Amino acid sequence: MQNTREIAFTLNGEEVSHRVPVRQHLADFLRHELGLTGTHIGCEQGVCGACTIRVNGRSARSCLMLAVQADGCVVETIEGISQSGEIADLQHEFIQRNAAQCAFCTPGMLMTAADLIGGKEPVSRDAIRDHISGNYCRCTGYHAIVDAIESTLNKRLASDKSNPHHG
Amino acid sequence: MDNQRPSDRESIIGKSVPRSALRQLVHGRGRYTDDIQLPRMLELVFVRSPLAHAKIVNINIDDALRQPGIAHIFTGADIAEICKPWNGEAAHRPNLKSAPQYPLAMEQVTWQGEPIVAILAETRAQAEDAIDHVFIDFEELPAVVDPHGALEASAPLIHPDLGTNLADEQLIEAGSPDEAFNKALHVVEADFTFGRQTGVTLEPRSVIADYNSGSRSLTVYQSHQSPFQMQDLYAQNLAIDENNVRVICPDVGGAFGVKLHIYGDEVAAVASSVLTGRPVKFVADRMESFVSDTHARDHRVKARMAVSANGRIQAFEVDDLSAVGPYGHARRFSIVEGLQTITSAAAPYKFKHYRGRTRIVYQNKNMIGMYRGVGLPIACAVGEQMVDLAAAAVHMDPLEFRRQNYIDDDMYPHTTATGIHFEQLSLHQCLTQLKALMNYDELRQEQQQQRERGIYRGIGIATFIEQTAYGSRYYGPTEARVSVQEGCTLKLEPTGKVRCLTSATEQGQGTTAGIAQIVAEELGIGVDDISVIHGDSGTTPYGGGSWASRGAAMAGEAALKAARQLQSNILEVAAALLDLAPQELTLSRSRICLKHNGQSCMELEEVAKIGHFRQDQLPADLQPEFAVTRSHVPRNDVPPYYVANGVQASYLEVDTHTGIIRLLRHWAVDDCGRILNPMIVDEQVRGGIVQGIGGALLEKCHYDLQGQMLNASMADYLVPMASEMPDIHVEHVETPTRYTQLGAKGVGEAGTIGAIGVMWCAINDALRPLGAQVKEQPFTPEVILDALKQTHQ
Ligand code: FES
Ligand code: FES
Repeated sequence: MQNTREIAFTLNGEEVSHRVPVRQHLADFLRHELGLTGTHIGCEQGVCGACTIRVNGRSARSCLMLAVQADGCVVETIEGISQSGEIADLQHEFIQRNAAQCAFCTPGMLMTAADLIGGKEPVSRDAIRDHISGNYCRCTGYHAIVDAIESTLNKRLASDKSNPHHG
Repeated sequence: MDNQRPSDRESIIGKSVPRSALRQLVHGRGRYTDDIQLPRMLELVFVRSPLAHAKIVNINIDDALRQPGIAHIFTGADIAEICKPWNGEAAHRPNLKSAPQYPLAMEQVTWQGEPIVAILAETRAQAEDAIDHVFIDFEELPAVVDPHGALEASAPLIHPDLGTNLADEQLIEAGSPDEAFNKALHVVEADFTFGRQTGVTLEPRSVIADYNSGSRSLTVYQSHQSPFQMQDLYAQNLAIDENNVRVICPDVGGAFGVKLHIYGDEVAAVASSVLTGRPVKFVADRMESFVSDTHARDHRVKARMAVSANGRIQAFEVDDLSAVGPYGHARRFSIVEGLQTITSAAAPYKFKHYRGRTRIVYQNKNMIGMYRGVGLPIACAVGEQMVDLAAAAVHMDPLEFRRQNYIDDDMYPHTTATGIHFEQLSLHQCLTQLKALMNYDELRQEQQQQRERGIYRGIGIATFIEQTAYGSRYYGPTEARVSVQEGCTLKLEPTGKVRCLTSATEQGQGTTAGIAQIVAEELGIGVDDISVIHGDSGTTPYGGGSWASRGAAMAGEAALKAARQLQSNILEVAAALLDLAPQELTLSRSRICLKHNGQSCMELEEVAKIGHFRQDQLPADLQPEFAVTRSHVPRNDVPPYYVANGVQASYLEVDTHTGIIRLLRHWAVDDCGRILNPMIVDEQVRGGIVQGIGGALLEKCHYDLQGQMLNASMADYLVPMASEMPDIHVEHVETPTRYTQLGAKGVGEAGTIGAIGVMWCAINDALRPLGAQVKEQPFTPEVILDALKQTHQ
């Protein structure tokens, strides 16, 4: 008999409740039970960052969390923050600069980068590189990803300046 | 065709058009193999060998079968009943020996990680739980791990039937190398050790097989580079009619050659679907990937170079020993790294006397296959290090030494002493451009000033060549059933939009975007008017897929031919409607225009509509042909590859106390022939360079003396992270090949090929004033400190 538990949490703005095996990690649950396949699995060890999602407003590795730990949390995935338009500008820059090749790392990379582009201060290339260092990309060599994040941030800061009330 | 273009027609080829495929991928709406769920699908996991070399005495699955959710368990013998083995032999190389390879181990295991038993269950967790309930008795055998040891008389034989661990030996000789070495004023020598590494695609190998026992048809979803190769294999080895086998490659999360091969576990998954009549999914986890994805490199090389007093290379010699695991990869062979090492090292330089030898040996480690660059990174590193040593011996600047010894621009077409044919390279131009790009002279001054302050910085330069798009004269004689042609079908839809079905496959390189640009340019439509369908052996024309940097060159040429034919078919219909001659018309901005002045006559959409729905308006004998297929295969009277070239430079700092290397800057000037999309090419080069840097500095599969891989996890096998990598400046030279109309050569491997060599040169350049030299890659802090220590002894 599988040991299961009922959980309830907010997923991409909607209330969800589900019975989950206690041994199942959150990435598997999102992908295979809920069909949210934008969250990828590259190592199941917390190293590669492909499974990065947002839990209670902070980026987290969904392979290192059990599904039962999501109980009562606010969880956001790439599908959610794409639909809301929160990172539409960042996604646009990724496309314009070919900052994704196979794109297996991309959803996780975007979730991590989303933390950076909400700030009010410019961020150096080195700081961007440091920030995304927990997300492996095997294809791009990172340069274009850094360009895309840097340019999104600079555009946001420039528009904050010209619209100080909306900042 | 350029002269036929009206002046208002914009060129799309050569523009940095963003890839439309990315729109879904950045939204997390890709569809990779593991994203697919089929009804009644079973999950498969493998029991893998814990030993590198052992006899299998007994396998007991009784207890495992009783575990919850277990549907079936298969051993090697079960699978072998319906699946023939394959073999890495080549018909034209009778001396190349390889043992037959079965999907699962039969009587013996030959590497740690070899799959032995397939467990199929309703969920993956259940299948994994049952692994502990499979009991296998092994009789452990001594493992062959060291490449030199493999050849010793006392070495245990991995495949006693072959009578030797030596897979093959190849020799090349040109001129009189012995005499040239004897006469030379300076002879420089070096030994090289290249570590074993692996590709680490972020998406692991994945396959879903769906055998329909009613129709006896097989559909396979597979994260793979060559759906046609796999269709052929499943048809041949599982005895299913090929017309009933369809292999679909959905989005693929990186491949780099890893996903070009035939893997026992993947074939066992497909065979399991045939045996059970149910869909079966196998997705390697990361630990399995490390011990079963194809590995690469693992070479020991000795080289020497003779140079005259005035700095002319006189003779060169390379002796390579390549360890390839226990089998040769079927259809791709495991001798290619060795062969490329001895044919391509120092190939950009003019010398007449040469001797090269490669010996390929079997050992009890995971198999070696075709990883990005194959043997060319080794060739580049060896050649360029020897050139640096030779330059130092005659006290010449290494950049000027290269220029002086490069094949001269007026020597093309040229065949090297090592036997490679160059149609036309741009060595001198690339070097000149690189020198300016990196501010070479100032950098040397800066380096000197830093040295005086005890800071050791190195400048490395590495010239590389890349044979791309190997053709039929190469693969044909092997009898390896490898398709080297590519095909393209174009369909004009009734609204004037186009569907393009290409045999090229996509693992993120952007080849299919380049193909859309070719079609758009030829048909005078926008790239967004074209949808590209790829990676489906059931619908696209037959072809090889994407490997050996062939996509743009081969599938691009097929697309060009198809687009020109479709254009002519469209203009024929338009001409009939307009009562003009087809030659008077052209296509531009989705319109039919007069060629001589660009004046628009009618919309393409109107022609498409009439051709599809209102054929009554056409002359009686005119058949609109709005679906066109063309193929491309290299001609048999030209060399069986194109050759791209380029040069890279690295500037780095070695901390002589910690052995840590800090990358300061990296440059590349690359010539991949005609460029379809500069942005995509830049990103191929950058990504390739970073993979190469990973190989140079970090990546190594560590094995112990028993053949156990010690770092088979993402936490222990290091790959480059963003914070360690430099920005990479890329520029281009464009020397189109004249063997095709398109002129593209290929770029997918260029970055990786040059990167190990350029790091090697830069590090040794930094260490030269200290009298130290690294001889072993990857250049971990330990290797650096060891090299420094040796100078104190
Ligand atoms: S899958 Fe979670 S960090 Fe790699
Ligand atoms: S784009 Fe392939 S791993 Fe990042």
